[in-house]
Amino acid sequence: MNIATLLQMAAEACPERGAFKCADDEFTFGELLHAATSAAMRFRSSQCQYVAYLGEASPAVPIALFGAALAEMPFVPLNYRLSDGELESLVSRISPALVVTDRRLGFQADGLVYADIKELLAADTEDPFEVPLDPDAVAVQLFTSGTTGAPKAALLRHSHLFSYIISSVEFMSAGEDEAQLTSVPPYHIAGISAILSSVYAGRRVVQLPNFDARTWLRLVSDEAITSAFVVPTMLARIVSEIDVDAGANCPTLQAIAYGGGKMPVPVIERALEVFPNVAFTNAYGLTETSSTVCLLGPEDHRQAWTSDDPQVRRRLGSVGRPLPSIEIEIRDETGRSLGPNASGEVYVRGPQVSGEYREKRVVGDDGWFATRDAGMVDEDGYVYLSGRADDVIVRGGENVSPGEVEDVLLEHPSVADVAIVGVPSKEWGEAIGAAIVLADGVAGDEEALRAHVKARLRSSKVPEYIRFVRELPYTETGKLLRRLVKADFQ
Amino acid sequence: MSQYRPGTRLYSAVCAAEVMVIKCAAEGEVACGGHPMSTAPAADKSEPDAALAEGVLMGKRYTDEADSLELLCVKPGQGSLSFAGEALKEKATKKLPSSD
Repeated sequence: MNIATLLQMAAEACPERGAFKCADDEFTFGELLHAATSAAMRFRSSQCQYVAYLGEASPAVPIALFGAALAEMPFVPLNYRLSDGELESLVSRISPALVVTDRRLGFQADGLVYADIKELLAADTEDPFEVPLDPDAVAVQLFTSGTTGAPKAALLRHSHLFSYIISSVEFMSAGEDEAQLTSVPPYHIAGISAILSSVYAGRRVVQLPNFDARTWLRLVSDEAITSAFVVPTMLARIVSEIDVDAGANCPTLQAIAYGGGKMPVPVIERALEVFPNVAFTNAYGLTETSSTVCLLGPEDHRQAWTSDDPQVRRRLGSVGRPLPSIEIEIRDETGRSLGPNASGEVYVRGPQVSGEYREKRVVGDDGWFATRDAGMVDEDGYVYLSGRADDVIVRGGENVSPGEVEDVLLEHPSVADVAIVGVPSKEWGEAIGAAIVLADGVAGDEEALRAHVKARLRSSKVPEYIRFVRELPYTETGKLLRRLVKADFQ
Repeated sequence: MSQYRPGTRLYSAVCAAEVMVIKCAAEGEVACGGHPMSTAPAADKSEPDAALAEGVLMGKRYTDEADSLELLCVKPGQGSLSFAGEALKEKATKKLPSSD
């Protein structure tokens, strides 16, 4: 079992079909396999143990990913926005590494070898290369974004990624006219799964390395894009770029999938309004689970949006139901499994779940992985997330999850964005702090906001501290850096 | 007989079919067109049994009734798959919306 088999199958089924395009670089599935095979020969002769990629999205990413798989070396995409100092500490953890990049690092590392991105794009061979079979070899090593501490090295083995793809994607299910626009960076799990899913579906991918809403909309029209994956902040920017009355003018666009962070309900509601003919899918997944474990599909979205039943309506804020190959359980702090509508920590199990870091394996012997996400499952099986288990605020012995207070504040017309954090308090242990970004041209009224929360939640959930800020700190994939928000309150 | 290890690639002795073992939790022999499949391509191919030539399709998964074995077809062929003498069925899958 090796992810390179997925590319081999696609190249055999439709070698002439367009596979990847980024600006002027274009590859068919046949060409991609040849380039990956050349890359594998290069990687194997390097004497290195890891293949790192340091750069923006380009067809060199799938070439290096599949090339590393053929050479049976872990593929380690690195965040190109990191400083040399940060990169030095990551590269020292994957020594000796071959780094595919178009830059030179400002430090020396043992056995460090460079390969040019351009060189990889130009290489081509038709020599066959035998695909290794070991399902337990590491296919991809991803450094987590480190929102709470030092980045962890998550390991995804070939068996995890392979299982995920064959159980969630139908081989060659994409039509010849389909094209997917991806703008997630290569060092994010969604960047990896987008490559694997599209290759197996036989879907052409157009890469947009530096997202901005206008370029995204222009590419959708120029490249006749039929589907796209975005993180919530991207969708927020796209919908605010579109005039509701004029409409989106994206006639070819049929589907948008989103994930990677919490989607504010007002943003998805506006998206449903400006894209009336687009099928939306919310995907919930983690690096450690090889991407998606739960889906809220297009039918769920439309039903929820048009329903008067509050139970159905609220599903727009749900991450949907587990994939057929995935089991989900909610457990309390003692590890006891909880029934419907009870809040606890989300556990997942399935063949795609790795739950493993280079430093330690955190998946139990029974295969269950603790996601550290807090949430609940309703009686219809829909999963609702309320934040990270570590972010739960314990105020005077009462657990307050930031998500529920954030959701209520987001309903207030003066609030454009908000983050709720715990602030050390002598009286309560932790008090509730709210960092609020105001809507354009609106003045902040602390008392009105407190009254708004009090009317909808208990008084113990009303923020004691409110700060009005210009913007909140997010990673480029839309993950809120809560520790930075927290630091501002201290 | 020992069990097949996940990831093992098996070649048909009667046609071009190749499958990959995804899951195997029981002992038995995988056959294609009535002849055992092996871990190396056959030098000389025999003819598939006429009654066992329904074909295997690329990208389809095949399982037994007890769901103890799962195979993925990575190269199509004319033979029919079986495990421990039992004909394998194409796995019914639910079409999911694309989430990546």
